[in-house]
Amino acid sequence: MKFTTLLAGVLSLGLAVPVAADGHDPVKVGFIYVGPIGDGGWTYQHDQGRLAVEEHFGDKVETVFQESVPEGADAERAITQMALGGADIIFTTSFGYMDPTNAVAAKFPDVKFEHATGFKREHPNVSTYDARFYEGRAVLGTIAGHLTETNKIGYIASFPIPEVIQGINSTYLHASKVNPDVEMVVTWAYTWFDPAKEADAARAMIDQGVDIILQHTDSTAPQAAAQEANENGGRVFTFGQASDMAQFKPTPRVASIIDEWSPYYIDRVQAVIDGTWEQQASWGGMAEGEVVIGEITDAVPAEVKAEAEQMIADIKSGDYHPFTGPISKQDGSAWLEEGEVAEDGELLGMDFYVEGIEGEIPN
Amino acid sequence: MDLSAISPTLLIASLMVAATPILLAALGEMVVEKSGVLNLGVEGMMIMGAVFGFIAAVETGSPWFGFLMAALGGALMALLFGFLTQILLSNQVATGLALTLFGLGLSALLGQGYVGIKANSLGRVDMGWLSDLPFVGRVLFGHDPIVYLSLALVAAVWAFLRYTRAGLILRAVGESHDAAHALGYHVRRVRMAAIAFGGACAGLGGAYLSLVRVPQWTEGMTAGAGWIALAIVVFASWRAGRVLIGAYLFGGITVLQLNLQTAGARVPVELLSAAPYLVTILVLVLISIRAGRGGDAPADLAKPFHAST
Repeated sequence: MKFTTLLAGVLSLGLAVPVAADGHDPVKVGFIYVGPIGDGGWTYQHDQGRLAVEEHFGDKVETVFQESVPEGADAERAITQMALGGADIIFTTSFGYMDPTNAVAAKFPDVKFEHATGFKREHPNVSTYDARFYEGRAVLGTIAGHLTETNKIGYIASFPIPEVIQGINSTYLHASKVNPDVEMVVTWAYTWFDPAKEADAARAMIDQGVDIILQHTDSTAPQAAAQEANENGGRVFTFGQASDMAQFKPTPRVASIIDEWSPYYIDRVQAVIDGTWEQQASWGGMAEGEVVIGEITDAVPAEVKAEAEQMIADIKSGDYHPFTGPISKQDGSAWLEEGEVAEDGELLGMDFYVEGIEGEIPN
Repeated sequence: MDLSAISPTLLIASLMVAATPILLAALGEMVVEKSGVLNLGVEGMMIMGAVFGFIAAVETGSPWFGFLMAALGGALMALLFGFLTQILLSNQVATGLALTLFGLGLSALLGQGYVGIKANSLGRVDMGWLSDLPFVGRVLFGHDPIVYLSLALVAAVWAFLRYTRAGLILRAVGESHDAAHALGYHVRRVRMAAIAFGGACAGLGGAYLSLVRVPQWTEGMTAGAGWIALAIVVFASWRAGRVLIGAYLFGGITVLQLNLQTAGARVPVELLSAAPYLVTILVLVLISIRAGRGGDAPADLAKPFHAST
């Protein structure tokens, strides 16, 4: 068969390319994305970080990326290919790449790997990095609790992983703190990016009386669905997720939680250039500038806006931690005592709802 | 759980909206397969329709023009596939897969300046007092025109294949292109026409996503809808009426599970999320048991035709 001969030829050609040795110029920086760079959310924001690296280092770096890589067996292939292509450092930017990243890292000890939002560092050349999104969600939850009139706030959740559960808990805690009647409706989409499904989820919530929608999925589709509802006489508010989603200002989008990866990426690439790169687990938050609250629009009453801004300042200065006791778990058992602050380890493995949230977390 | 929060009227109405893109794409693909051609590029044609339709609607302010351009864009993509597979006799499966990848890439390029913009949407058709009727008013008479167009297309395709001479020729070409050729029919021409129709339908389905269902342009926004459309053609055993049932079943369960979750149903969420796929598989199995044979696929499906052989 001609085709197989051709295939074999291409394969052997690919394998024959020597793996780039250290110390070459320019440094090759690779990115593996879970969505398309035009998703307007999570992947878009990582790609902004990549562009910032290019701008900062100029000719000293070369960046490559692959977008829309499924979380699963194919991710391992994509990461391997990037390592074979001579990348010196590879950022894998989604939770589901955790095991593939570690598996590939074992085979390429000279390549540095950085896995976003994971906790497994099985080899010395694997670091993890994440951001304290729950800090931002505390601010959004406060605004949501004040704005809701139906006392039903909706949360479009992606996958039942600690990061998402932290977000749900933090949002609910702070919404119910300012509005004890608030009820949290969680809809699991089981996807990071599927605009049609996200829009459908938003519509299902709006149909059932939810008037504030927070999302942990990456497209702007829920914002568009809310905008449509508002044009038909509804009163629905949303928050930008991962990126500002400024095009939906001033309503339905009234504020946003923005992931700002540029400082981290520049820092780590610099470490590779300097030869000082070492394994670490980074978890920056608002204070480090990795979690940013986008403009709070005038649709939010001035006193609520002031309260939110005060909270931002307190979190930044370290005066306030969103998970400060007393907090009970969903089953009523005590979790944090009065004044007690949650430990990072507990947050990183968070697998329970706090008291007051209905429903169960899927496993 | 508060099931009373789910309004059946709104549920059925949103079911129809959720099902329309896959219905349109699956219907077009069914006609293509009836003519003996397997075009796996539905996803690529859909997303091209989505971006063409969106750009046209934004630039002119007319959603109708958007849908027209989406149909044209989808048909153009399909004709590219037709040229490669029917004239140059390339492998249909490989060409179809390439068409999907090509469409996803090209649409991302074309749509770069259109992220986050909103296009004018189609309003609901106002049918006067009919739309004000309880329940049926919203379910039957309260949709945008494309929903009705898709239903009309199902009926038209069914009637075309069953009752018209042209439909008979199309089926003959799909069952035995050699026999059709010997009788003097233009196999290639018939297949090209079917391919173009399939592309136009996929394009419309894509535009329905970007102009009505989501409604905005986002890269990769079809997110696998084209593949579901392909599965529904098999599910429907190449019959127009069953394409409708398949699409509504799939769309319906998708919407229902989201509504159940919102209402706090105590059913495992993983099961709910997998439900549309599970039901599709289940019905496929039931249909094949009842049919008691390999299937109803056109006999010459995906076989290349060359007049000299």
